[in-house]
Amino acid sequence: MAYSEKLIDHYENPRNVGSMDKNETSVGTGLVGAPACGDVMKLQIKVTADGIIEDAKFKTFGCGSAIASSSLITEWVKGKSLDEAGSIKNSQIAEELALPPVKIHCSILAEDAIKAAIADYKTKNGQVEVEAAE
Amino acid sequence: MNELKAKPIYLDYQATTPTDPRVVETMLPYFTEKFGNPHSRNHSFGWEAEDAVEVARDQVAKIIGASSKEIIFTSGATESNNLALKGVMKFYGKKKPHLITVVTEHKCVLDSARHLEQEGFKVTYLGVKDNGLIDLEQLKAAITDETAIVSVMAVNNEIGVIQPLKEIGEICRERGVFFHTDCAQAVGKIPLDVDEMKIDLMSISGHKIYGPKGIGALYVRRRPRVRVIAQITGGGQERGMRSGTLPTPLIVGLGKACDIAMNEMAEENARIMELRDYTMKRFRDRLADIYLNGDETQRVAGNLNVSFAYVEGESLLMDIKNIAVSSGSACTSASLEPSYVLRALGVDEELAHTSLRIGIGRYTTREELDQAIDSICVAVERLREMSPLWEMAQEGIDIKSIEWAEH
Repeated sequence: MAYSEKLIDHYENPRNVGSMDKNETSVGTGLVGAPACGDVMKLQIKVTADGIIEDAKFKTFGCGSAIASSSLITEWVKGKSLDEAGSIKNSQIAEELALPPVKIHCSILAEDAIKAAIADYKTKNGQVEVEAAE
Repeated sequence: MNELKAKPIYLDYQATTPTDPRVVETMLPYFTEKFGNPHSRNHSFGWEAEDAVEVARDQVAKIIGASSKEIIFTSGATESNNLALKGVMKFYGKKKPHLITVVTEHKCVLDSARHLEQEGFKVTYLGVKDNGLIDLEQLKAAITDETAIVSVMAVNNEIGVIQPLKEIGEICRERGVFFHTDCAQAVGKIPLDVDEMKIDLMSISGHKIYGPKGIGALYVRRRPRVRVIAQITGGGQERGMRSGTLPTPLIVGLGKACDIAMNEMAEENARIMELRDYTMKRFRDRLADIYLNGDETQRVAGNLNVSFAYVEGESLLMDIKNIAVSSGSACTSASLEPSYVLRALGVDEELAHTSLRIGIGRYTTREELDQAIDSICVAVERLREMSPLWEMAQEGIDIKSIEWAEH
């Protein structure tokens, strides 16, 4: 499959690979996907007291597009407010990486992952829970 | 990475093989000076081509212990499988409308069976044990008075396991049922004898055995006689079973490929098997949580199918892009389904996504394998560092205990 240069760059030099302590109150964790489907994304955000994402980390089991999508979204959410990060659409990811049609689900998974991480953070911090996308 | 400039390493011998230069050399005159139509009966150009075809027919027959009169040339194993199944069912199907095959067969067998089902024939698909082999008792139980033919492949294209042909042949002969076997991956790789194994029809491929693409053969037993209804009609060539002008150069190539394979199989297998065992040992020495798919010993020399747990197959292929292997991962298939062969073995879906098929063949060197093993290990280690499943496994979390949202 022919992939875009941006996608290959994110795959070969993924940004923000790693884990944070999921028990810390400032950390929100999203774990989406399923091993049987061939992709699982773990996305974590560290949020400042005034609601800004100061750091983001990911680990992904999945194809090159899934790895690139998660790498890209960790770059995008850093410095954003929770609302801004939560409004990132999968189509923006798909467009940026020029994902082929059969790989669109990878970008959907990345959108789900950030939403799940935000929801986890809000739950932990007693804020109104937002529905994580299915 | 940065391996694009490096010479690519071919480890996908089950997909296809390069044509042996000795085969090409034998073929060449039949494109130019010896270009006659083997069916031209009234001049020397035709006779010359016909002679060459008959030499090749004999070479193909020899490697499977058949008579040359029992070899029908086709365009490849796909056509042979179609002709064997559809041809037999359409001839015998009125009285015996039942066909038995196996869930791990090649798509062209399964798809032929599906088409026959749509036409009203009955098909039984046998499952396999977790080592990829069929259960002979299940086969016995599946045969009825209405069964016309049993079709079981000799060597599986994905996992390389060798089915017990002789035992299957015995069972079929005893019950008066024809035995067809797809030997695309078996000819030249394991010893075959149609009489000893009681095989009635056998599909053969050229390009899997260092011959050219676009040529294959179907063995059709003469005693007791097996009848097939032609699927391609016309001038009535190949004893009416397959019309069309015979492609002399391709046939000469297939013959030569069989001839070479017959003479060199024992030596070549020993060398390839050593390379395969060496490769598996090096993987096992360096990496934890890897699994060989398919029976460890009932297996053709050149096939390794390995699951590298916690690393998805397509991402692994992307990382080792100068190495040509294939994967059972969903992401490498158009259907987005993981390998149906691995699933039939009961391999967990998540492990099916992590499998690589490494095919070792005539031109594979130890140096190439060393390079490939290193690249694969480095890639697996890198991707595991990136894998949340690997992280969970290291923390002692059973990934099966988590309720995943299937999507």
